[in-house]
Amino acid sequence: MAGPEIKAPPFRDIPTIPALIPGAMAASKPYVANQKVQEGIGFRGELAENWQELAIEKMGDLLGKYRSLKVYMDSCVHCGACTDKCHYFIGTGDPKNMPVARQELMRSVYRRYFTLPGKLFPSLVGAKDLTKEVLDDWYSYFWQCSECRRCSLFCPYGIDTAEVTMAARAIMDHIGLGQKYSNEILAKVNKIGNNLGLPGPALEDTLQGLEEDVKEETGVDVKFPLDVKGADVLLITPSADFFAEPHIDSLIGYAKVFHAAGISWTLSSYASEAGNFGLFNGSYEMMQKVAMRIRDSALELGVKRIVVGECGHAWRVAYAFWNTLTGLGGGGTDPFSIELQKQLDPTFRQPSHICEVTWDLIQQGKLKFDKSANDHRTITFHDSCNVARASRMGDSPGGQFDIPRNIIKAVANNYVEMEKSTVREKTFCCGGGGGVLTDDLLDIRVKGALPRMEALKQVSDHDGVNFMATICAICKAQFTKVLPYYGFNMRVVGGVHQLVSTAIKLGDEQ
Amino acid sequence: MTAATYFFAILFYAATALLVVGLIYKIADFARTPAPLLIPTTPAPTTTGGVVFRMFREVALFESLFKSNLWIWAFGWMFHMGLFLVLARHLRYFTEPVWTWVALIQPFGLYAGFAMAAGLAGLWARRFLVERIRYISTPSDHLMLALLLGIAATGLLMKFVMHTDIVAVKTFFLGLMRFDIQPLPEHPGLYIHLGLVAILMIVFPISKLLHAPGVFFSPSRNQADNPREARHLAPWAAKLDAK
Ligand code: HEM
Ligand code: HEM
Ligand code: SF4
Ligand code: SF4
Repeated sequence: MAGPEIKAPPFRDIPTIPALIPGAMAASKPYVANQKVQEGIGFRGELAENWQELAIEKMGDLLGKYRSLKVYMDSCVHCGACTDKCHYFIGTGDPKNMPVARQELMRSVYRRYFTLPGKLFPSLVGAKDLTKEVLDDWYSYFWQCSECRRCSLFCPYGIDTAEVTMAARAIMDHIGLGQKYSNEILAKVNKIGNNLGLPGPALEDTLQGLEEDVKEETGVDVKFPLDVKGADVLLITPSADFFAEPHIDSLIGYAKVFHAAGISWTLSSYASEAGNFGLFNGSYEMMQKVAMRIRDSALELGVKRIVVGECGHAWRVAYAFWNTLTGLGGGGTDPFSIELQKQLDPTFRQPSHICEVTWDLIQQGKLKFDKSANDHRTITFHDSCNVARASRMGDSPGGQFDIPRNIIKAVANNYVEMEKSTVREKTFCCGGGGGVLTDDLLDIRVKGALPRMEALKQVSDHDGVNFMATICAICKAQFTKVLPYYGFNMRVVGGVHQLVSTAIKLGDEQ
Repeated sequence: MTAATYFFAILFYAATALLVVGLIYKIADFARTPAPLLIPTTPAPTTTGGVVFRMFREVALFESLFKSNLWIWAFGWMFHMGLFLVLARHLRYFTEPVWTWVALIQPFGLYAGFAMAAGLAGLWARRFLVERIRYISTPSDHLMLALLLGIAATGLLMKFVMHTDIVAVKTFFLGLMRFDIQPLPEHPGLYIHLGLVAILMIVFPISKLLHAPGVFFSPSRNQADNPREARHLAPWAAKLDAK
């Protein structure tokens, strides 16, 4: 990429709040999606001539459909509590990366077109016309938000900037200003079934290769089944698990867990993707379309249980939205949901996270480990935002924090927690979530990782931590890329099931 | 009766009408707009009872604010609790006989006026002193604080320096409530106090003061975390099913 060299900001000694540097990141803009991509997923090919009119119309539409947006637009008191909570603000000092200022990009337009004071006295209440300059700011700064919800945790009204960002992106898509990276992925998943555009036969080859690798390493026939009708479990996992490092080691871990517990399972070539970029773009319809592939696959294969692999936003969509979008879950009394309920086994949580599966099996004594196999590692755990602040595991609130940690402690001896203001629900985003995991946004990705890197640095200096486990495909990809900028080896990041894979005893080899 | 009496009588009828109609409209609008997806900020309570408790902590203690910024919490909580006591104390102007609990809290109300003013002053100082908050402040943010501080200052002035005939004030307001206009005491402090209060009532439904009803409608705080147990479907979204 052209432009100045990308460098990590220096570590702060005592984490201080940065001074404001207005405009520091104004030039950060992702590539725009081209006409073919846009039209392929049903949007305008390029910025429409009457874009302003269309944008206001779309905003009105969204305000009528989403209570979150309407209440959040009206309720912010500019108290400032959220101003220092965003990793992108901490890493850049750009005031427009303060969550309230990011919201204000939309709120100022909302006031101008939808409220009386904004129509009468715009400058008094900070209302603004939707000009080309404002749109430029939208495109810059709504693509510097990873929709991580950290600001929402700290706002006295729970105002979630992620919701505002999603709405802004939906509006920009609508007027023909889409982001290349996300929209290309949406095009691929709609056409081929996964975000990487990996077709069925290629997937089959990959899985066969994995079976051979595992056989060579362990001497055990661990299977990676694909499209097996009548299997008990359908595993839906991010497609990065099929080929990217270190993701693939977690996939091997899931397979070993199913093998050791004697659970019959399968992957699906039609629904070979847990990720759902419809979420990032704030499109309900798109999100539903992507999720429907999973419903269809489950019905087709006749499985009894659906399990989701290590992926943060995918788990949010699965846990919190699948029931709504596809009727996959309990409680629905309409024919649409009942069709699935008749087939899925209600004694299991539907859907389950792979960590819930593994932890349940550990508690039932069905898995055995050689913990010392992980002794070369001193491990810490990075909570991924969508798991931490937008979902749950297990039966009580906070299970999403305890279950992965419990698993790590069950399979390894050396565990260290990072600084407590950076873990559990207060966790900092990796810097690459929410649709910004693209090289054209590398600068903001590197800078946004600063708070997490500082916390990691601390435990790596003091406690010798050399492995940061996480359960998100985006976190893994992002850290692999940015760790070197902060002086770490990129192999420091890995999956929880990678650790499981290292320590698990496969039963048949004793 | 003075012209001022008629002026304030009309002003308060108008302000009350705008406040009530505006708030009902806004609240109905919030309530009518569907929340299509479950988006509570987790960890979140899994039951309705749990949600009520969470909301209570947010409204009474400003729990999230406490976790995020102690200065804003201290000033903000002091202001709001002061405001709450002051308003409760003011109920004596509108009730005859005065409700027992209103009578009982009268002594506390005194300090509440000062707490409210001090909290407001602290919040206002932050708008000048903290660079980040200065950046996000609009003129209306300053005006809102000035308005409330003006109300508090004139109230305290009447209480401690230039007394007014509060029995006559009460007669005036009880009269308004029965559409029987009674004379309002001639008192500049009172005029300013009441004038600013009327402005506050008028701007309430069209300003950020909507945070008061808004907090109860915020999906990230008022939803139970039970998506696997119950199907949550908005009417417009239900139409997309099974296509
Ligand atoms: C359900 C009732 C209410 C709740 C839960 C609530 C909560 C809050 C919170 C958490 C803040 C942010 C912190 C702060 O600056 O104090 C705030 C700000 C504010 N509230 Fe309220 N409030 C309520 C009712 C009211 C009412 C009735 C008024 C006015 C008549 C009011 C006026 C204000 C003002 C002016 C601010 C902004 C202060 C500033 O400029 O920093 N609030 N409120
Ligand atoms: C129609 C409504 C109102 C009327 C008739 C009214 C009238 C009065 C009067 C007569 C006093 C003097 C009390 C005394 O001398 O003992 C007073 C005090 C005060 N008022 Fe109001 N007021 C009204 C609304 C408000 C509102 C909405 C606020 C706050 C936002 C407020 C804040 C205060 C404060 C802080 C004091 C001084 C402390 C106290 O006596 O509680 N008033 N008010
Ligand atoms: S959602 Fe996350 S990235 Fe977006 S403004 Fe809030 S803290 Fe920043
Ligand atoms: S914490 Fe909430 S109310 Fe306060 S400025 Fe931020 S978004 Fe607005």
